[in-house]
Amino acid sequence: MTFTIPIDNGDSVKNAEADSQRTLYPYVTGTSIVAIKYKDGVLMASDMGGSYGSTLRYKNIERMKAIGKHSLLGASGEISDFQEILRYLDELVLNDNMWDDGNSLGPKEVHNYLTRVMYNRRNKFNPLWNTLVLGGVKNGESYLGMVSMIGVSFEDNHVATGFGNHLARPILRDEWHADLSFEDGVKLLEKCMRVLLYRDRSAINKLQIAKITEEGVTVSQPYSLKTFWEFKAFNNPTAGAEGSW
Amino acid sequence: MFRNQYDTDVTTWSPTGRLFQVEYAMEAVKQGSAAIGLRSRSHVVLACVNKAQSELSSHQKKIFKVDDHIGVAIAGLTADGRVLSRYMRSEAINHSFTYESPLHVGRLVVHLADKAQVCTQRSWKRPYGVGLLVGGLDESGAHLYYNCPSGNYFEYQAFAIGSRSQAAKTYLERRFESFGDSSREDLIKDAILAVRETLQGETLKSSLCTVSVLGVGEPFHFLDQETIQKVIDTFEKVPEDEEGEAGEGEAEAAAAAPAEQGGGGAGVGEPFHFLDQETIQKVIDTFEKVPEDEEGEAGEGEAEAAAAAPAEQGGGGAGDQDVAPMEM
Repeated sequence: MTFTIPIDNGDSVKNAEADSQRTLYPYVTGTSIVAIKYKDGVLMASDMGGSYGSTLRYKNIERMKAIGKHSLLGASGEISDFQEILRYLDELVLNDNMWDDGNSLGPKEVHNYLTRVMYNRRNKFNPLWNTLVLGGVKNGESYLGMVSMIGVSFEDNHVATGFGNHLARPILRDEWHADLSFEDGVKLLEKCMRVLLYRDRSAINKLQIAKITEEGVTVSQPYSLKTFWEFKAFNNPTAGAEGSW
Repeated sequence: MFRNQYDTDVTTWSPTGRLFQVEYAMEAVKQGSAAIGLRSRSHVVLACVNKAQSELSSHQKKIFKVDDHIGVAIAGLTADGRVLSRYMRSEAINHSFTYESPLHVGRLVVHLADKAQVCTQRSWKRPYGVGLLVGGLDESGAHLYYNCPSGNYFEYQAFAIGSRSQAAKTYLERRFESFGDSSREDLIKDAILAVRETLQGETLKSSLCTVSVLGVGEPFHFLDQETIQKVIDTFEKVPEDEEGEAGEGEAEAAAAAPAEQGGGGAGVGEPFHFLDQETIQKVIDTFEKVPEDEEGEAGEGEAEAAAAAPAEQGGGGAGDQDVAPMEM
């Protein structure tokens, strides 16, 4: 029986060989997450794609998961790091449940725990390459927050990651209001996801919408959005420029 | 309890299944001055008796704030209690930092109990000699726990520990059923009345007790002397010859006794320095008649060996004997 002793090359800031042991770039990535608070809780949407660089390699990745009784976590960025985070949270929730004392972790606690994890990893120059969205409801209060890979963390009524920041948030800023009904919330999210589908090359037309309320978490079955490509300019793209193709 | 052959260390069981060292540690709790806790659905009150070692010293701090929503009162070896309070504060603040949420008091007492249990199962340790009444808020309301040196913890509606606590417990047993729905003011009054029971006849004054409150929407804090005295006045007739001692009944041990030994002194705005012979003598002259044949030998009656006698030994020649100058 042989053992391989893990090589400790020490500090990855000063020692180049230690670089092989820390995250330098992401490999399999998920694109935007968009989430909003609504009347009964929080709604979150994401597509099911996992890109390997410019290749859309995986088309059945669930990027939103329930955490404990009161929270929902969505992630964009490196999928393997998201899975690692789910393992950390699993342990956290397990220990919380083992107390068996009627107290449970709420979304605020989970969000802050994740902030600490992300920030501490960033300080070691070994980040978890994700932007996380944490939504939840506890004791009637809705909570929606975000943490980035460098540990920047905040709460808001509507959040989006990646391309969603640029394409979805302007829509949300104009059209979000407090106490949206479930139907209006879904319509708003679908509007954002449609824009992302048209304009983000890493988006695919297979999305899920997750809802979290006081009762718990439900993640919808995957479905696709209707798209329209018959715009006149698409039909004859070179109409205005002679000689181009 | 009598000495026996199974009580030498904590890791020895007796044939009847007892750990005597742990039981002796619980005796230490009974020696400390009384601490009382009671709770309603929304508030917890912790009170204790301020017993000083002697009339000259101040009393020890027995109630500690652990966090805005948790307080602890101790009885027994106060040094052990202080160390455990520091541990509790550190647990509470670490939790707060990581989760931005207050630590549930029910979980804190389990951590504390587990820590105490370790000391009952290591041959190189001794049990903590302090009982802790932990009061705090959690999602389900106000709670009061008692942690003992054995590593056990219990939840109570009201409890008292320390010397003469049985009198307080008897009082609380009569009244506890009504505490759940008590108002904050009634709860405080009951706590002070329970303290009075442990004093067994001594007149209750606000300087003799420390009272603290915490509750829903009310972070942990101590009640000041006036407030306590007002409550006392509602049920106690203060005899004329006892002045209301505004006193330092507050649990601030530090401030009580600035050092004034011997010929030196220090004070606010006055750095430490020695008083010279003349000054000391002047003070002595105000109360002592100096017989004619003894010239003023500046009294070094104080505890400052070194400085008090700079080369003024043997007097101004008026002494009969030849006094050898002191070697410095």
